Amino acid sequence: MKLLRGIQLMFIRNMRQTLRSPIFVFVSLFQPLLYLFLFMPLLNGLGGVPGLPAGKTVQIFIPGLLVMMALFGSAFVGFNLIDDIRSGVIERFLVTPVNRSAILLGRVLRDAVVLLTQCVLITLVAIPLGLSVNVGGFLLSLVLYAMVSITMASMSYSFALIYRIEDPLAPTLNTITLPLSLLSGIMLPLALAPLWLQDLAKANPFSYAVNASRALFAGSFHSVDIIKGFVIVFLLMSVVFWWSLNSLRKLEE
Amino acid sequence: MTEELVIETKGLKKTFVSKIKGKKKEVEAVKGVDLAVKKGEIFGFLGPNGAGKSTTQKMLSTLLPPTGGEAKVAGFDLQKEQSQIRKNIGYVSQAGGTDSGATGYENLILQAQLYGIDDKTAKKQAEELVKRFQMDSFADRPASTYSGGQKRRLDVALGMTHRPQLLLLDEPTTGLDPQSRVYMWEEIKKLKADGVSIFLTTHYMEEADNLCDTIAIIDDGTIIVKGTPMELKNSIGADIIVFGFSDENIARKSEQLLEKFHPEKITLEKTFVRLHIKDGDRAMPEVLRLLDANNLKAQNITLSRPSLDDVFLKYTGRSLREDNK
Repeated sequence: MKLLRGIQLMFIRNMRQTLRSPIFVFVSLFQPLLYLFLFMPLLNGLGGVPGLPAGKTVQIFIPGLLVMMALFGSAFVGFNLIDDIRSGVIERFLVTPVNRSAILLGRVLRDAVVLLTQCVLITLVAIPLGLSVNVGGFLLSLVLYAMVSITMASMSYSFALIYRIEDPLAPTLNTITLPLSLLSGIMLPLALAPLWLQDLAKANPFSYAVNASRALFAGSFHSVDIIKGFVIVFLLMSVVFWWSLNSLRKLEE
Repeated sequence: MTEELVIETKGLKKTFVSKIKGKKKEVEAVKGVDLAVKKGEIFGFLGPNGAGKSTTQKMLSTLLPPTGGEAKVAGFDLQKEQSQIRKNIGYVSQAGGTDSGATGYENLILQAQLYGIDDKTAKKQAEELVKRFQMDSFADRPASTYSGGQKRRLDVALGMTHRPQLLLLDEPTTGLDPQSRVYMWEEIKKLKADGVSIFLTTHYMEEADNLCDTIAIIDDGTIIVKGTPMELKNSIGADIIVFGFSDENIARKSEQLLEKFHPEKITLEKTFVRLHIKDGDRAMPEVLRLLDANNLKAQNITLSRPSLDDVFLKYTGRSLREDNK
């Protein structure tokens, strides 16, 4: 069985499941919309502080919000994998000749597609609020969000494969996701933070994703932040995906 | 004599290592199992929960790497030729494996595609399987709406999608109502008639007795006895035929006459004669003819035979039924 064919089959299977209950795709849009309408106005009042030029808060906030959506939106996909483990579906796939990595790749690609749809919708909503979009930069940033999404989804799947029950999954994922988002300068620019906090944020790979996302929205393609963001997220994604694959191999142990 | 074997294992072993409070703990789930499953037979792996049945089956299905021993499955080496094995066997786990978010058709089509079958053929095959397993009335509904019996039918159909020569069934009727169980037994017999070899695990005596050509009883990771259901039952002793007569005189005469059969034991108790004899079902017609010829008429006769439960009790010192409660 060819890898690509396996990925295609698994992607279609998972996408079909998502499309059968499309309501969840929209329900998960609710939170970013709340941030957009109930939190962003607060920032408008702050315009002018370091890292947040006056009148340009939407330009700073939206690229960060999109990374946050990729972080949180894909972090909890492990729950539907637990269903599949319990019902024996994963075991059944593992006994067929399908490539092991296709089983997970088909899933994380579905997760990335769902996330990108949401990112496009939120961006469209933000344009009337004053967001200016550099199309080339936006398209590139979608690649970045997809990688963040795949990283988080793979992590979520790894924990699902290790725990195989729901109870510990949500606290674990929350414990990891919250500091990742706080330490990435999504809500407020890290320029406001004390030095030690800024240093801590440097250890958070997703803070580079946020910087890259902002640079892309601004259309500053020469910014070194973009390269840094892509390289760091790509490396992290590769490691975490490899971990999830390894967790799948150990599923039966 | 070389009979073709679909499964052959020597000293197949699985030890799980688990860490509890930093201390490594080894659990020997399967302690060196030798199996020989003949082509075309239904082989039953009988034992209580936690005996190592499922673990053994998972190893044979390539899901779980063994920690020791050798095995050949469908003619291929378990350690080296896993992808060959996967193409040649079907495996239906205890959980089943039905994707409840998809319809029966979608499940079957995807399964075929995963075996490298092209879309058109996959669809055609799915339709054949739906007919074959009589799923017409529900195959286009989502599997989440199926009854236990319907779901199990789909599970087995999924295992048979690529027409494997060997089907591994893990507890095929656990949790089914009696009617669905009987239906499933019929299906399994039909598969055998089609030439499929079947290796199933069960903790139901009736199931093993009813379906299997050969049985291996496993307890605590070790096979304790193997044989046909008949051999196993005979191994623990004779059947008992109890005759009830109209008076003690006839009973006594009958007792003397029945000695001719060289029974293992014969007892007389008032008007009852208890004949302990091997293969009681076969002996019975002859016994009756002899009594008739001597004009000794029994008023009632009962044949009681040792059950597989008695077999289990003899070899493990425990009752399988108690164990499963």
